[in-house]
Amino acid sequence: MLLVAPQIVITLVFFIWPASQALYQSVLLEDPFGLSRKLVWLDNFTGLFSDPIYLESFGRTIVFSVATTSLSLGIALLLAAMADRIIKGTTAYRTLVIWPYAVAPAVAGVLWFFMFNPSIGVLAYCLKAVGYDWNHYLDGTDAMVLIILAASWKQVSYNFLFFLAGLQAIPRSLIEAAAIDGAGPLKRFRTIVFPLLSPTTFFLLVVNIVYAFFDTFGIVHATTTGGPAQATTILVYKVFSDGFIGLDLGGSAAQSVVLMVVVIGLTVVQFRYIERKVAY
Amino acid sequence: MVENRPWLTVLSHLVLSIGVLVTALPIWITFVASTHPVEVLMSGRTPLWPGDRFIENYTTVLGSGMEAAGSVPVGMMMWNSLVMALMIAIGKIAISIIAAYAIVYFRFPLRMTCFWIIFITLMLPVEVRILPTFGVVADLGMLNSYWGLSVPLIASATATFLFRQFFLTVPEELAEAARIDGAGPLKFFRDILLPLSRTNIAALFVILFIYGWNQYLWPLLVTTDESYYTIVMGIQRMVAVPDSEPVWHEIMATSMLAMLPPVLVVVFMQRLFVKGLIEQEK
Repeated sequence: MLLVAPQIVITLVFFIWPASQALYQSVLLEDPFGLSRKLVWLDNFTGLFSDPIYLESFGRTIVFSVATTSLSLGIALLLAAMADRIIKGTTAYRTLVIWPYAVAPAVAGVLWFFMFNPSIGVLAYCLKAVGYDWNHYLDGTDAMVLIILAASWKQVSYNFLFFLAGLQAIPRSLIEAAAIDGAGPLKRFRTIVFPLLSPTTFFLLVVNIVYAFFDTFGIVHATTTGGPAQATTILVYKVFSDGFIGLDLGGSAAQSVVLMVVVIGLTVVQFRYIERKVAY
Repeated sequence: MVENRPWLTVLSHLVLSIGVLVTALPIWITFVASTHPVEVLMSGRTPLWPGDRFIENYTTVLGSGMEAAGSVPVGMMMWNSLVMALMIAIGKIAISIIAAYAIVYFRFPLRMTCFWIIFITLMLPVEVRILPTFGVVADLGMLNSYWGLSVPLIASATATFLFRQFFLTVPEELAEAARIDGAGPLKFFRDILLPLSRTNIAALFVILFIYGWNQYLWPLLVTTDESYYTIVMGIQRMVAVPDSEPVWHEIMATSMLAMLPPVLVVVFMQRLFVKGLIEQEK
């Protein structure tokens, strides 16, 4: 009993208590100085979902996570399939590809921010040379592309690692049998490798969505700070900016609760389907 | 491979090389930019080859920091990051290994309740509950301290689960044999379980160190005193200078320094890192 005590105490103080606070606060209307508070029940939530800015931010988060997830998963799968094919140098390539995992999201954001800097960045210069005027300070789409690139760049290494492990676990005999039957590399990949890989793919899908929803805060905050004109304000950034900068405590808490529901939902989905190992 | 298709092998290498190049490009640009004086960067065309200011730029950044932006030396921020990362890694491993030990090997009242309380935390990343957690930490007077930086991040269930899963695979006979030989619970823990879980601890340490080092949002909130800034958040302060172009060459040098420790850890402890990463997700 004594041995679990430290973890229980820390969990209670820093997890359960704050989470219940968030729940409680989400039904209150409070002024920024904490002088008065009023119980408003679900008004914060209805306010949230009838607020066009919030709904827009929701939509943007979905665009952002779908783009980031598909981009990083696609590239990682391509690289892993190639690395699985070759005989020599797999480890060397693996080392070279995996290290961006260690780069902090915020730092990754700053690197891409620098390369795309409209006045001095290399890539912005190249884009200008082919006739596209890149400016993520003014153009919302550009800013969105910027954070999607930075987020995917960082995540590819993680996905690559899991795809490679998954590919190497597929029995060679299956692939050889298919080859004897005359199936070419592409057909083999489509009809044998990819279905066998589906548990890994599904697992990565959930992890990547969670990543895109939450861990990308650093990228957004360090580069675009949600702008221009809210174009890159994803949900987790909005919780922060409404709570700490806008001091709308009730609204921010309500947003936290919405996010918690999203995470718990994703976790439940993950557990249920991992048990079933995805039917194939 | 099953058949010989030379062109496909060439293609594989080609695709992989392109992948590696794209992965490395941002770092190369960063490195190059960190070795030039600021005028070269501002001229509008970033050079693609390192300049001659490597030593000057890095000593400035490490020693004195960017006085213009009013920030502390990067050396100090790296020290803060290191302290925070180590505290998180060691603290997390320590409390979760004993908690897992208790849950697996002892029968006590409310055991399942404890288990579920820990389990729930698996679902709530810091980002989601920032505001209330910040309130708690402020009430406890832990703002601007190493404790405030690390303790709230220590409590998470992943490590406890990893150890629990591992302890469950330790054969029952081992515990019985130890008991017959007269070893008490403490001795059993120290002499049998700890040595058995050594690789797990090491793998977990690598993952947690990177996790701790890369924390961004939390240090941003908890530290208002410059002497507690960590390097990852320090960079943001440098980029977000009002009314002027950021001092890119020094920012890039700082970015290099911020990336160096975790990247080195990943590259040199790759085997442990891969093991830790894959086990954590089970």
